Amino acid sequence: MNKIGSYLDFHAQALALRSRRNEMLASNIANAATPNFKARDIDFDAEMKKHVKVGPIQTTHDKHFPTTVNPMPDRMLFREPINPSLDGNTVELAVEQMEFSENVMRYQTTLNFLNNRIAGLMSAIRGE
Amino acid sequence: MAEIRNIFDISGRAMAAQLTRLNTVASNLANAGTISGTREEAYRALKPVFATSYADALKSSGVSTVDVASIAEVGRAPERVYMPEHPVADADGFVYRAAVDENEEMVEMVEASRQYQNNVEVISTIRALMMRTINMGK
Repeated sequence: MNKIGSYLDFHAQALALRSRRNEMLASNIANAATPNFKARDIDFDAEMKKHVKVGPIQTTHDKHFPTTVNPMPDRMLFREPINPSLDGNTVELAVEQMEFSENVMRYQTTLNFLNNRIAGLMSAIRGE
Repeated sequence: MAEIRNIFDISGRAMAAQLTRLNTVASNLANAGTISGTREEAYRALKPVFATSYADALKSSGVSTVDVASIAEVGRAPERVYMPEHPVADADGFVYRAAVDENEEMVEMVEASRQYQNNVEVISTIRALMMRTINMGK
């Protein structure tokens, strides 16, 4: 993979995974009042390890792009409720909101890492 | 049902569902205490039935939202009250009061508005994140 691509790759992967997790947490919050809905989530650390371990695709020809794609679907888990409710819904708003705000914060952190790396590259390109 | 394309679909449809719930609460509260001459005519509280609607590509995306599957009448019987002076009273002097529990409706209203707010919060947070992502590298 090209050098600039691989320099940004890790945080790009993390950003995509954070964004997916945001969508899942939004689904949980959307279904806070639906009977029998089971809250779902992904284990970010495990998924990230999977992405890093896989790395870019092996190419057999020098004209192939060695892009990194996610070959395996993310493993979705069910949230274990602290206080299960009678209607079979396992969404606990406090838990979901906490997870959501943490995930948003970490998304912004990753975005900052990416921005700093891009800024570093830009100043190297300009030679300032 | 329409496919869930993005996070705005998820929260937007959840907000629509919560709004339907608030509408039923408003109807129920407006009709609380109304009186009718027969058991059949008496107003019965309406409740929306929520159902999860999953994305077509659930396995790879894991997202879902909520839709109102139907609106059902609660199975509570209208209260039979002896009020012979009431103009719509039946032959025995009884009237039927709407089967609405005001306290239950107030709790429902607070809960629905809280969950509506949560969805608004999700949308505005995601929108801010998207704007920052668009401006990445500037």
